[in-house]
Amino acid sequence: MSEAILGGLLVLLTVLAVLSIRAGDLLIAAVSLGAYGFVMSLIWAAIGALDVAFTEAVVGAGASTVIMLAALLRTSRRRSPLRSRVSVLSVPITLGTGLALLYVAQGLPDVGDVAAPASRHVSPRYLARTLEETATPNAVTSVLADYRAYDTLGETAVIFTAGLGVWLLLKRATENPRQ
Amino acid sequence: MIERHPSTIVETFVRLVTPLVQLFALYVLAFGHYSPGGGFQAGVIFGATYILSGLALGEETLKARVNERVCLAFGAAGVLAYTVTGLFGMLGGGEFLDYAALPLPVDDVRARYFGILFIEVGVAMAVAATVTLIFMRLGRRA
Repeated sequence: MSEAILGGLLVLLTVLAVLSIRAGDLLIAAVSLGAYGFVMSLIWAAIGALDVAFTEAVVGAGASTVIMLAALLRTSRRRSPLRSRVSVLSVPITLGTGLALLYVAQGLPDVGDVAAPASRHVSPRYLARTLEETATPNAVTSVLADYRAYDTLGETAVIFTAGLGVWLLLKRATENPRQ
Repeated sequence: MIERHPSTIVETFVRLVTPLVQLFALYVLAFGHYSPGGGFQAGVIFGATYILSGLALGEETLKARVNERVCLAFGAAGVLAYTVTGLFGMLGGGEFLDYAALPLPVDDVRARYFGILFIEVGVAMAVAATVTLIFMRLGRRA
């Protein structure tokens, strides 16, 4: 049952992805991309990754859609016509990569497999001791903010620096439109 | 320039919902220890309330509430709060970001609990400021 739901969501995801790329109206493209983020967050929730689902809903379906729409205010809703020429080489490359990925995907561990390599290294220790060491029942929070706090510091610095970079570029574009 | 939305219904709704969403952001931040959520999600939600103000009440109203200089300082303060929490761990005799060594009048486990809270606040500040900052420039016409 839950696999049928997951399959349906993945089909919907593909449809939305194609729609957001092919739509002639950029407003439709931006909203499809937001819907894509929402469906993606449902998929994360369906496979039990609630923190990721939350982030995807807030960023993928929320903030990035609004930023896309705000960007649309500065341009027109019509996009320039697509180049419809398809390079002969791109078809075998795309199909080959897709088939290779499908083949390799068979070797991936199942979702939630306790014997998966990722679940056997340091994860069991974090899961077992998060409550007694950090008084934090949500292991995702304790791993992100305590056991792996150094990585999260880097991530926070990257987010702020990237935002600062975007802001500086936009500032330049809005204050000196000619440059 | 984004104009104020002409509908009274939209304006009233936004005015009503903004404090509730901000409260929810603080809840997500403070409750990240127990449920999905944390500093990042809280920051985006908090920043989204300013985006909502900008979209519905117009850019002039948004600018009266928050300006870019404040956003920049707020975001930098967030990253700084994170780093300083780590440095206080060193001051207390531990390693960088060792919350157990934070000079707090509680045991090691609670100190880690509060250490996580401090850095989550820093993350939320940086993310909220970044989201708002980008939107404020994006709505402006060249």
